[in-house]
Amino acid sequence: MRCSREGVSLLRKTEIAVVGGGPAGLSAALTAVRQGANVTLVDRDPILGGQLVKQTHMFFGSKRQYAAIRGIDIPAELIAALEKEGGDRINMLLDTTVLGYYDDGSLLIEKDEQARVLYPERVIFATGAAEKMLPFPGNDLPGVYGAGAVQTLMNVYGIKPGNRVLMIGAGNIGLIVSYQLVQAGVEVAAIIEGAPKIGGYLVHASKIRRAGIPILTSHTIVEAKGAESVEGAVICKLDENWNSIPGTEQTLDVDVICLAVGLSPLTELVWQACCEQVYVPELGGYVPKRNERMQTSLPNIYVAGDVAGIEEASSAMICGKIAGLYAADDLGYSNNMEQLSAEFNRELNELRAGEAGAKIRQGLEKLSGGGRVC
Amino acid sequence: MLEKTGVPTPEQVKRAAPTEDRLKKGPVAVVECFQSIPCDPCQYACNQGAIKEFVDINDVPIIDHEECNGCGICISQCPGLAIFVIDATYSEDKGLVKVPHEYTPLPEKGEVVTGLDMAGNEACDAEVVKVQSAKSLDRTPVVWLAVPHDCLMKVRGFRRKGGAE
Repeated sequence: MRCSREGVSLLRKTEIAVVGGGPAGLSAALTAVRQGANVTLVDRDPILGGQLVKQTHMFFGSKRQYAAIRGIDIPAELIAALEKEGGDRINMLLDTTVLGYYDDGSLLIEKDEQARVLYPERVIFATGAAEKMLPFPGNDLPGVYGAGAVQTLMNVYGIKPGNRVLMIGAGNIGLIVSYQLVQAGVEVAAIIEGAPKIGGYLVHASKIRRAGIPILTSHTIVEAKGAESVEGAVICKLDENWNSIPGTEQTLDVDVICLAVGLSPLTELVWQACCEQVYVPELGGYVPKRNERMQTSLPNIYVAGDVAGIEEASSAMICGKIAGLYAADDLGYSNNMEQLSAEFNRELNELRAGEAGAKIRQGLEKLSGGGRVC
Repeated sequence: MLEKTGVPTPEQVKRAAPTEDRLKKGPVAVVECFQSIPCDPCQYACNQGAIKEFVDINDVPIIDHEECNGCGICISQCPGLAIFVIDATYSEDKGLVKVPHEYTPLPEKGEVVTGLDMAGNEACDAEVVKVQSAKSLDRTPVVWLAVPHDCLMKVRGFRRKGGAE
């Protein structure tokens, strides 16, 4: 997309712009400033941390990578390190939205309704993901939420989304948000899942089961009931071909229907920059092609985190480190490359090695078309 | 079954259980983690070397009940809240189940609560013997429940009487 930049003032030049201050973006920025680069970190929210700011549960993963630490406690550590080690080489722009990318590598940014231009030499897009929607009658009624929205309401703003919830989706997000709903004093009527198996970690599922919440696999929603807002939900069983089984309908008395049916990479800026993309269902949809350095088809643009394929926070942080490392390397900040690169790749491969990482490995295989990607 | 309902099978529970002989010797941890996931904090939590060192982060934890002294440090270190301590030596007719409990308000010492099994069904009444909520537990308090011996391998949570979790 080509557009005019006339009348828009130059804000500043920077060596690396990191777009998005979630786990991937924070890690990318920290690694790049550690290597010696000047970094501008841009986030549209007033606080850094992305999705971490509402993850009140303990993280899984490697003890070296914040496992057993609560997600909400991770941004503070990363931000403190950024401030301490970045000094005047880190600039954090909050409440600031990146509106567009220009062919000359510049970014149009907006803060307080003022548009400015940022001139980075390299860009790392760490824009995250958006929640997927599910089509069913009544899905536009007030009371139908994305699970991430419910988590934001509860854990960021302290607002109860309702009194009794039907959770759709038994992946990790559905399981974790159900747990947090119960912790917040909200009743969860059931978690339903279309697949014949629970998709999330079974320890999460067990934790929720012993709180008395049923998990119904091979079940789907038929419709949301209600005139002005959700007053109930009709669910039914699915056969092995995902067809509804007539006569198995039951109505649940709920005022919230919460969707946790997957995420899609937030690739608008990557599209607009014309990075080459590939449709890979295992990674959540269209994802930018990139090499093992997290560099896209445009050599000045890197990606990290969910925008590069839906995964989870631990691997997002490592992918961020890799993107930050190589973006800095590209500018001549090449300290200790071999050791750091080997360390980050080893950590990433360990996380993805098990059966839980099979889908990601499959997706990356498709993305690379046989070549090596990170 | 576990992957359909979230409830471990009796075989899985049995496999995780310490032997009768070990139970007679005092408190011991049971690790009810049955799926290979990339997660390893438990091996670092154990000071006794009872939770074996992982070869791969995706390993399912292996605990040597003979080397475990039942200290319970691992309980609040497990992100999956899948580790419990069982003490069959508590009294003649009751044993202790120490469970991680991240719901508020916490129960009071001496309170009688409803012990819940792995499916969330009522198993028995349980007396709260102790509530550990030190800062080092990092917001995962551990509640000691006294339950009849035949409920030691059943009770994994509780509900406060009057409806609250």
